[in-house]
Amino acid sequence: MVDISQPAHLSRAFSIYDKKFRAIAYQAGLAVSLAVIVTGIATQTVSNMRQRGIPLTFDFWNQTAGFQINQTLIPYDTLSSYGQAFWVGVANTLLVSAFGIVLATVIGFLIGISRLSNNWIVAKVATSYVEVIRNIPLLLQLLFWYNAVLKPLPAPKASIALPGGIYLNNRGIILPAVEFHAGAGLVAIAIVAAVAFATAFSAYASGYQKRTGKQLPVLVVNLLLLTGLPLAAYVAAGNPWSFTYPELRGFNFRGGQQIYPEFAALLIGLSVYTASFIAEIVRGGVQAVSKGQTEAAHALGLPQGKTLRLVVVPQAFRIIIPPLTSQYLNLIKNSSLAVFIGYPDLVQVFAGSVLNQTGAAVQVMAITFAVYLVISLITSAAMNAFNLRFALVER
Amino acid sequence: MTTTLPVAAAFHHEYIPASPPPADIRPSPLTWARKNLFSSPFSCLLTVCFTGLAVWLVSQFLSFALINAVWSGDSELCRANPDGACWSFIRAKLNYLQYGAYPVTERWRVDLTQVIGAILIAWLLWRNAPRRNTAALLFFGVYPIVGFALLRGVEAIGLPVIDTTLWGGMMITLLMSVVGIVFSLPLGVVLALGRRSELPIVKAVCVFYIEVVRGVPFITVLFMANFMMPLFVPEALTPDRLLRPMIGTALFSAAYMAEVVRAGLQAIPKGQYEGAQALGLGYFTMMRLIILPQALTIVIPGIVSTFIGLFKDTTLVAIVGIADFLRAVEAARIDPNWAGPTISSTGYLFAAIVYWFFCFGMSRYSQSVERHLARGH
Repeated sequence: MVDISQPAHLSRAFSIYDKKFRAIAYQAGLAVSLAVIVTGIATQTVSNMRQRGIPLTFDFWNQTAGFQINQTLIPYDTLSSYGQAFWVGVANTLLVSAFGIVLATVIGFLIGISRLSNNWIVAKVATSYVEVIRNIPLLLQLLFWYNAVLKPLPAPKASIALPGGIYLNNRGIILPAVEFHAGAGLVAIAIVAAVAFATAFSAYASGYQKRTGKQLPVLVVNLLLLTGLPLAAYVAAGNPWSFTYPELRGFNFRGGQQIYPEFAALLIGLSVYTASFIAEIVRGGVQAVSKGQTEAAHALGLPQGKTLRLVVVPQAFRIIIPPLTSQYLNLIKNSSLAVFIGYPDLVQVFAGSVLNQTGAAVQVMAITFAVYLVISLITSAAMNAFNLRFALVER
Repeated sequence: MTTTLPVAAAFHHEYIPASPPPADIRPSPLTWARKNLFSSPFSCLLTVCFTGLAVWLVSQFLSFALINAVWSGDSELCRANPDGACWSFIRAKLNYLQYGAYPVTERWRVDLTQVIGAILIAWLLWRNAPRRNTAALLFFGVYPIVGFALLRGVEAIGLPVIDTTLWGGMMITLLMSVVGIVFSLPLGVVLALGRRSELPIVKAVCVFYIEVVRGVPFITVLFMANFMMPLFVPEALTPDRLLRPMIGTALFSAAYMAEVVRAGLQAIPKGQYEGAQALGLGYFTMMRLIILPQALTIVIPGIVSTFIGLFKDTTLVAIVGIADFLRAVEAARIDPNWAGPTISSTGYLFAAIVYWFFCFGMSRYSQSVERHLARGH
């Protein structure tokens, strides 16, 4: 037998240069110092808060808020609680973000595609848009829209009337309001049914094409489904909605749907600003699809439209989606600039008014952070799932 | 027998000038226009519409900013003219917009700090400059101390202390941006290294910090710095009202810098790490001498664009009561002595032009670096 164990003098003795020892030492040092700092701050904060009479609990949540909010999506009045005010803020943040994302995407894609146009002047105008808007702070643009465009509009008495019963004045944009009557539910059901049928038919058609190689007229059938069913339901229910037009009564408008100037300014500012970044992402994505792909598609006999739809766009989308997600998240985070123009979003209502009235800075900021983190997480998760469907399946 | 030609006869000694392309394929303005403006009926329509739009926008801008503008005179003259910018208003407020309420006799200190900063930044960013390491050391190590001494003042060397409540205008905007970059870049490098570390606790701490900070808006970080920082420390140590948003800014942009630097670290081929280790370099020596110099060079465009974002974000410090440039414009705009129909638009236009020049200049620089890097060395 040969003894293969190491001779005693070569076995590893303890050494401070040992990699494993160092790893443990560094991490223990970090953990201990972090723990010391965090406990130190926590004790100091608690004692400071006690000393200054700041509440340490979340009891303020159910106390009466006592301030007014002009735009509320959920029931709220001055007798409502701070908790209710919080939900009003969350709803307003989500509202402006949702509209902003849609609008920014539309403008951004239009500008991005225009930048790639063969037409020189179209490309130049789009480039100028991007270069001007991207390099001016969002806050400045918001203040401009609010203080220099929307606020100097005339008073309600001298409103600017637009076609379709729309009025512009310094209290906002007044649109005709939609009133639903009995039977409107039928139309809603018809729309849902039409979408379901159209999805099912598309799936069937793609399966049919894979089996037989023959194409079914998907576009025509789906268009018929999506317009015909709701229209039939609308007629069957007998005009289930009507418009009430705003009327000037005294100093203000009665009836109609008012869009507050704060909301309008924030929405325009956010969409215009974010669109300039989305345009760059779209342009980059389309340019990143190699030219050989287009040429190969042409060589296979695909016409220009199909080349774009089947070859270029799917590949460009794969590149576009991750940065697009981060732009959406930026837009949601930037909606907090609402506080500068008085739009009652989460930050203005909760981290502003509620924090000032209760003084509970730690609790309020922790909840605000949590809301934004949850929104970020959900958006990234949704976009990741979407991305997974589009992702390149490699061998 | 072979005849040997003289060598000279076999070669041309001058370059033959390139002959011009045949006349019919040389692009004339007309063929260019046909190809780029009028290639199809739809394209013709677009050309007409967009030319109209561009001409209208440019003429509106020119007529407001130049042709109908009031260049000198008092507020009466501006009030009488609702069609043009009131540049005399800007001229009257220029000192305020630059320095806030900083005492007039001490403003040379602000100027000096800014000149030193500009020289150091130019030295750092100029690609072929000698001894850029020294510049980095001066900018990140010495300049903050000198700048602090100059701006705030040190009684011992004969500079009276200027209270930060008097600071304002462009100087705050520049100060915030420089403080942001000076502290966030080193912190970002540390966080990026931590995120790439093999030590699980170090990695977890860095990932947690980066993701949380990147998940929340800058405004909430400023709120936190303003309202919570005084609670974190004993009352005697409460940070100055200007220092609090500075700390907030540095901590916030550090998370974004960390992600930029991480991209650079990931782009360095594994062979570089292995090569350094094979030479017997330890972790810190390897990072300092081999990895970071390469990684940071690659990500200069990313750092610059993060800095542009930071520069634009400094406008938000107004929410915690700091009178930065935009806040100064806002304050000047509502001065009742100058009230007039075009004062707001003039103020915003001026602010937009100033911010645009800074940001556009920086993004152009970043693009030129990008092109240089793409070309290879």
